[in-house]
Amino acid sequence: MLLITCPWCGPRDEIEFTCGGEAHRARPQDPAATDDAAFADFLFMRTNPKGLQRERWCHSQGCRRWFNLERSTITHEITRIYKMGEQPEASADATSPARQGGQP
Amino acid sequence: MACFSAMAGFEGKRSMTRYSALSLLKNAFSHHEAWAPAWRKAEPRDSYDVVIIGGGGHGLATAYYLAKVHGITNVAVLERGPIGLGNTGRNTTIVRSNYLWDESAALYEKALSLWEGLSQDLNYNTMFSQRGVLNLAHNHGDVLEAQRRVHALRLNGIDSEYLSRDEVKAFCPIIDIRPDVRYPVWGGTLQRRGGSARHDAVAWGFARAASERGVDICERCEVQGIRREGGKVVGVETSKGYIKAGKVGIVTAGHSGVVAAMADIRLPVESHPLQALVSEPVKPIIDCVVMSNAVHVYVSQSDKGELVIGAGVDAYTSYAQRGSFHVIEHQMGALLELFPIFSRMRMLRQWGGIVDVTPDASPIIGKTPVDNLFINCGWGTGGFKATPGSGWVFAHTLATGQPHAINAPFALSRFETGKLIDEHGAAAVAH
Ligand SMILES: Cc1cc2nc3c(=O)[nH]c(=O)nc-3n(C[C@H](O)[C@H](O)[C@H](O)COP(=O)(O)OP(=O)(O)OC[C@H]3O[C@@H](n4cnc5c(N)ncnc54)[C@H](O)[C@@H]3O)c2cc1C
Ligand SMILES: [Zn+2]
Repeated sequence: MLLITCPWCGPRDEIEFTCGGEAHRARPQDPAATDDAAFADFLFMRTNPKGLQRERWCHSQGCRRWFNLERSTITHEITRIYKMGEQPEASADATSPARQGGQP
Repeated sequence: MACFSAMAGFEGKRSMTRYSALSLLKNAFSHHEAWAPAWRKAEPRDSYDVVIIGGGGHGLATAYYLAKVHGITNVAVLERGPIGLGNTGRNTTIVRSNYLWDESAALYEKALSLWEGLSQDLNYNTMFSQRGVLNLAHNHGDVLEAQRRVHALRLNGIDSEYLSRDEVKAFCPIIDIRPDVRYPVWGGTLQRRGGSARHDAVAWGFARAASERGVDICERCEVQGIRREGGKVVGVETSKGYIKAGKVGIVTAGHSGVVAAMADIRLPVESHPLQALVSEPVKPIIDCVVMSNAVHVYVSQSDKGELVIGAGVDAYTSYAQRGSFHVIEHQMGALLELFPIFSRMRMLRQWGGIVDVTPDASPIIGKTPVDNLFINCGWGTGGFKATPGSGWVFAHTLATGQPHAINAPFALSRFETGKLIDEHGAAAVAH
């Protein structure tokens, strides 16, 4: 169970939120000029890292606003939360050995 | 690591004990302490014709059919832990082939037809039990969809029946069919040839039969890199050293993205936690598998007497093999909605696996952009049922370098061409 701090409402239980998946994926500016491979990459391909991932979440049962958070997909620890439109600098390396392991 | 250490008294292709009533009796005299190991614990050699990454059911089945059908035995299965402890050993073991689309029906029905002779073929009891899988319909839309699916399946030659509400009750008497509940039962579809199997036995049975044919099953051997030369795979870096390989197959389920990234391949896959739980053991109370899309739960009873109960995935991605508690809570609510009789049952244990989910809920089985590197992944929440079929088509793909007609539609390239096989919802429920 995650405790997520909405940037507007404060800490709330995970069940109030909707997870919108990997953040910072930009739709190609000119779709007509984008080839199938590049468009498929945008639509379907995911980084799916084992380590830190930046995600979009929506406080759907609360203020209904979207925001970004950074979370470890190994420990579920939330390492930062920031508003839409912000792009904070990189965190500790998501794939460093210290962040890995823990699975049989 | 060049050494090839075999277990005492058993080397190469020398034949193992065949399991039979007689061998059981014989071993009873030595208090069952003299059974030979079921498969040979191999250390990896320098080089193989085919290296399979991942010792789950799918990887082991692939190795078995490579040896059996294609005569390719210079094969290693590299598993980072002990075999069968990934999703293969964590799933709720529902086996069925009632998928809507022609492509899926062909694939899952191939698997089901292999299941039907599997214990004999492997000389290993997989405890495959065709007890019938019931998929419930809870409203008018569900009923229409269910009937459409029954017809589509019959056109594909797959057994399927529509049951009215009363027929559902007759088939599974403990279901609550009162009309005044939140999700009343309106009817359902039944696949009598569907059922369940023993998950561990599937991994062990394939391992034993593959090992007997000369395949090296290398446990605690983690693949850490994929070496390529000129767009072609040449070997893998592992925790036990470098291993040369003619061809490589990635069969790592939840870790598919991690392993594919070693060859700079991006996948349309996200890894999600999927949880299940079992109850305390009780006397036989439910002799079929029941699944419901609307309340989202599926349940069967193991031979030990435990109820085996599964639900949906957590919304976020994870590699932690555990999910959130509210998912379990919802799952128990759904169970009691259908089966009020279970209200005082206690749950024994609960766990999670990491499932590799694709956008169209169909697997990816075939080539990658790297020559001689193949992938079999994206089975998500429902690949146990496909284990023998998946291994069979993937063995064909590895042996010939080309997909079999059955897995050709499941190419990675479909995400570029747009020819998706959308089984979300179409395939009864998730599993
Ligand atoms: C809770 C739950 C319930 C389910 N219920 C059902 C069901 O009822 N019916 C159904 O059909 N399906 C079900 N599934 C899905 C099913 O379990 C899977 O689709 C299927 O078992 C996948 O088999 P596999 O062999 O591909 O994967 P796995 O058994 O996960 O095997 C992959 C193996 O790869 C290994 N590996 C990973 N990385 C590396 C590496 N770098 N080097 C070496 N080895 C590596 C892992 O250790 C693992 O053993 C369920 C899954 C879960 C989690
Ligand atoms: Zn809020």
